[in-house]
Amino acid sequence: MKGTAWKFGNDIDTDIILPGRYLIYTDEEILSSHCMEGLDENFSKKCQKGDFIIAGTNFGCGSSREHAPIAIKGAGIQAVIAESFARIFYRNATNVGVPLLEAPGITDLVEDGQKIEVNMDKGIIILENGEEITFKKLPSFMLDILDKGGLIGYLKEKNRG
Amino acid sequence: MSETMSEKILARASGKDKVEAGDIIIADIDVAMIHDLTGPLAVESFEKIGVDKVWDSSKIVIPFDHQVPADSIDSANNHIIMRNFVEKHSIENFYDVNAGICHQILPELGHVVPGEVIVGADSHTCTHGALGAFATGIGSTDMAMVFAEGNLWFKVPETNRFEINGKLKNNVYAKDVILHIIGEIGADGSTYKACEFAGETVGNMSISDRMVLCNMAIEMGGKTGLVEPDEKTVNYVKKHSNKAYKIFKTDLDAQSLNVIDIDVSELEPQVACPNNVDNVKPVSEVDREIDQVFLGSCTNGRISDLRDAAKILKGNKVNDKVRMLVIPASREIYMQALDEGLIKIFVESGALVSPPCCGPCLGGHTGIIGAGEVSLSTSNRNFKGRQGSPDGEVYLSSAAVAAASAIEGKIIAPE
Repeated sequence: MKGTAWKFGNDIDTDIILPGRYLIYTDEEILSSHCMEGLDENFSKKCQKGDFIIAGTNFGCGSSREHAPIAIKGAGIQAVIAESFARIFYRNATNVGVPLLEAPGITDLVEDGQKIEVNMDKGIIILENGEEITFKKLPSFMLDILDKGGLIGYLKEKNRG
Repeated sequence: MSETMSEKILARASGKDKVEAGDIIIADIDVAMIHDLTGPLAVESFEKIGVDKVWDSSKIVIPFDHQVPADSIDSANNHIIMRNFVEKHSIENFYDVNAGICHQILPELGHVVPGEVIVGADSHTCTHGALGAFATGIGSTDMAMVFAEGNLWFKVPETNRFEINGKLKNNVYAKDVILHIIGEIGADGSTYKACEFAGETVGNMSISDRMVLCNMAIEMGGKTGLVEPDEKTVNYVKKHSNKAYKIFKTDLDAQSLNVIDIDVSELEPQVACPNNVDNVKPVSEVDREIDQVFLGSCTNGRISDLRDAAKILKGNKVNDKVRMLVIPASREIYMQALDEGLIKIFVESGALVSPPCCGPCLGGHTGIIGAGEVSLSTSNRNFKGRQGSPDGEVYLSSAAVAAASAIEGKIIAPE
């Protein structure tokens, strides 16, 4: 599915993704209405289901708040594609079902507002001009976790099976 | 057979003779901490898993520290969720709104000893490595798994060992050392790595100072901060805890070890400027008027910080244009500050003293700054909007720089 690429810089921290004053909420809808508010207070209104966040290095640095990837998920973001990710955020995003794709050089290749497409199975990002960028494919268990909407859904399914 | 202390601790916790950096292991958890802000999500996730009981009610620690006392109906309702969870699962180590900041009270009340694996649903959990534990921040879903199973998977990290040497100049503190290191290595300079702090300067530091170093390991992407236990560590642990402990040290020929030499003998007081913790400059190069000073947090709200600040504030007044907020990191520190007359000095100088809590550090509770305002803070993060308005600015410094600047009305180093 094609989606709009929303481009951000390096060191996008969790206070930008979801400011601390909203941590008192756990509801996905409320959290998503404040997604990326630290830099762009209209982001949640602009963002459509299936869009992408493109970012530079160290995306998600800072706090361990799982509210941050939940806000991104609730905003309908299909995947975050960045040069690199911070450690705690990487685990949290996977655990709540947000795909994180590490693609060095991505910020030079994608412009803000472009329509792009991702093929998770093949590990490619298809740009607006048809050019393809490869990223390191996620292992199958991680794809399964993402497919089930996160770790809890994955475990429930597994235990049922 | 040479290994880092992180590898040795994770080998012990995973029941193996030896692990190497890069290995994926499942480690038993010795202490698991959630607080009032990350707790409700963890509880929600735990309940979704559908397990009846937590794995070990004696190994879970739950302090309230972020929204205390409750500042809104939502916060109060979060507290109710947590108190109900504590009661339902007979959590033995629960600290309600009157105890202090999680990263201070865990070691202070004996929950942290060397050689343990400690996880917390808070990124500054790395603080506890100051006592030689492997301590790291995790999210709420990972925490729910720990509550259910008592273990968690980890990738064994490589180690950046900072060999810090040189005698610190007067008015230069652990905070200046760690800001300098982060400025040099960058906000992602230690991503996924264990950050060990060693050398003569660290050996001479108090446990409180070592906590300052380890607390900020996350600000360079570190998975944990660590200091090898020594006599000071053992004395602290014996005074505060009756748990059994095991001391692990790093073999200097370990393969996954990267040694970085830092000379601090010429170091000046440092400030992290907006909006990144690695945007570090000597105080002498920063010329900025301030609206608010925050002395406190899990980085610099300890008794030594309060003493350093009180020494400077005694007989002086906080500048008319500045609001100064002093928040001791724990009840014990608060009482000690009362006994030593420090609280009186703060109040006489015009500062506001609040009960132990995280305060304005993350802009969600008290002392929030407005558009265009400048905060000088002894806490650990200066991200855009961290302490309130995204159009405000946050600078980070030691307690001494904070106190001197509060009097002057602009950022300066103490004389």
